[in-house]
Amino acid sequence: MEPQATIRIVLAKVGLDGHDRGIKVVARGLRDAGFHVIYAGLWQSPEAVVRAVADEDADWLGLSILSGAHMTLVPRVLDCLRENGVSHVGIIVGGIVPEGDVPRLIEMGVAHVFGPGTPIPTIAEFLRSQGVRTHA
Amino acid sequence: MATATVREACDRFQQELAESPKRDQPPTTVSGRPIRAIYTPNDLADFDYDAELGYSGQYPFTRGVHASMYRGRLWTMRQFAGFGTPQQTNQRFKFLLAKGQSGLSTAFDLPTLMGLDSDDPRAAGEVGRLGVAVDTLDDVAALFDGIDLANTSVSMTINAPAIVVMAFFLANAAERGFDWARLRGTIQNDILKEFHAQNEFVFPPEPSVRLVVDVIEFCARHVPQWNPVSISGYHIREAGSTAVQELAFTLADGLHYVEQCLARGMSIDAFAPRLSFFFNSHNDLFEEVAKYRAARALWADWMRDRYGAKNEASWKLRFHAQTAGCSLQDKQPEVNLIRVAYQALAPVLGGCQSLHTNSMDETLALPSEHAVTLALRTQQVLAHETGVTNTVDPLGGSYFVEALTREMQHEAREYLARIDRLGGMLAAIETGFIRREIADAAFAYQRELDAHRKLIVGVNAFQEPEEKPIEILKVDESVEQQQLESLRQVKRRRSAADVTHELDALRRSAERGENLLPPLVAAARARVTVGEAINALADVFGRYTAPVV
Repeated sequence: MEPQATIRIVLAKVGLDGHDRGIKVVARGLRDAGFHVIYAGLWQSPEAVVRAVADEDADWLGLSILSGAHMTLVPRVLDCLRENGVSHVGIIVGGIVPEGDVPRLIEMGVAHVFGPGTPIPTIAEFLRSQGVRTHA
Repeated sequence: MATATVREACDRFQQELAESPKRDQPPTTVSGRPIRAIYTPNDLADFDYDAELGYSGQYPFTRGVHASMYRGRLWTMRQFAGFGTPQQTNQRFKFLLAKGQSGLSTAFDLPTLMGLDSDDPRAAGEVGRLGVAVDTLDDVAALFDGIDLANTSVSMTINAPAIVVMAFFLANAAERGFDWARLRGTIQNDILKEFHAQNEFVFPPEPSVRLVVDVIEFCARHVPQWNPVSISGYHIREAGSTAVQELAFTLADGLHYVEQCLARGMSIDAFAPRLSFFFNSHNDLFEEVAKYRAARALWADWMRDRYGAKNEASWKLRFHAQTAGCSLQDKQPEVNLIRVAYQALAPVLGGCQSLHTNSMDETLALPSEHAVTLALRTQQVLAHETGVTNTVDPLGGSYFVEALTREMQHEAREYLARIDRLGGMLAAIETGFIRREIADAAFAYQRELDAHRKLIVGVNAFQEPEEKPIEILKVDESVEQQQLESLRQVKRRRSAADVTHELDALRRSAERGENLLPPLVAAARARVTVGEAINALADVFGRYTAPVV
């Protein structure tokens, strides 16, 4: 069997929200599961997030938002990714997102929204099932 | 003879225990603490009733800070509330008071908590969302409009800009003719736990602590019934700590503030009686009760014996509790009602002075009126129907609870010693020690869940295939525009020259190391905004980024 390429994921908190328990647990859990994880930290601007994705040649970007500002912040990050030509990256969102907003985020291009209580293996399996994003 | 029988009974018990089946979930607390099958006097070697327990209202206060506890007066039922504009939150306050709530508790929005004005580009999408937006003194005036500040205790949960908002509150009270000496309430003003857990800090640790001490010092002189700090373990626990870490780090933070007040030349009895605390109430009933009891005994010991406080009020650890937000689930949200009811029992059995019970819908949105009413009713049922208020410290003397109380005191002292060895609290922050300890505990807990060694109803067990959504509160999208408009109006009306003058005076005071409340009260009157005041202070103090752990 061919060894799987390591999946690279940037995790970031955007906006002012300081709830970082979840994202730090996810970072560590994915690292233990064999992913290459870059945790960008708190209060990241969309520009900084996009730079991290490009610099790290990431396959995935995970945004954590528990402040309710996801409908403002996620589109900004997506726009910024497109403007900078890094739209190959897959996006997942974690945190407190009301059910009604999930389809709207998916429509914008988010691959999946993981709510509270999601087991880490579920996230890992999801990312593996999607594989390494091929990009030119 | 009796001894032989006792030994026989014990041997038989041990044997039967060894032979009995064991469930898949190990008997550990939510913090991972192993619990023995049974507790007996053997678990309390050399237990000294008078020294370790005694009577409520007396040193070491293990059983409670007041002699009669809830027989005399119930705890204050205080629901944290805030969203949208100051006018909207004012309406929610009045709603809660009308439902029988006994005190107010203010939640600010994220921009305010971070010291940003509503018109700052970084505030976009967050104005009025998680709490109320406050930019100027006029917002504080609208927030407490029609509320009798001499007879309603008001709590404000804010930290990095606490001194600024306190100045707004004092200026507003003065404008409305309330004597500062009669104001009762609490400002959270606990910056250290922001560095450990909640991440709402602006300035580096040292000047941040100076601002905390400024508020303590000013209130000791001019607002004597006010709690100028609420030393908080709540957020440490929410970030994933164990119960003992919450206990130890909170008390360590308290001791750091005490040291800084003393270093400024204040006498211990001048400020210690008004230090207040805030703890989490998580799922594990007995561990939580033991935590509160341990906290009181430890604090009393330090205040009396280490710092030589003479006033008994200085020895008493008074605390607010809130049920654990992190324990709430978005699956089967009505089950949260049940979690909250059990969680609320712990601080009541543990002798809290005030309590917030979370609403069932808080993993989905800010609480709806229906949900917050049920949360308040939970406390009212506890207070008036269950009978747990009839006697003081009902779990006192339980072999189990006393053994846990002792164990937690011992472990907390060990953590304190480790922090001392690292060079004290600020050094512990800089090395990332505390953040790492908390992150390790959070990760360990997640692994327990993922391995089904701990079960959460509706999440990793007893799931429902189909769930009916519950009604949630929607914050009106026009809030941001309304707040921006009212800020624009204030900026138009105020004198730009006055604003510049007050901000210059504030910077000068900051440079000289003077207490910053007086210049901030003056700035508040000139309608300086929260963001402008914070930026002026940042000119002097700099800004801080946390070490990534």
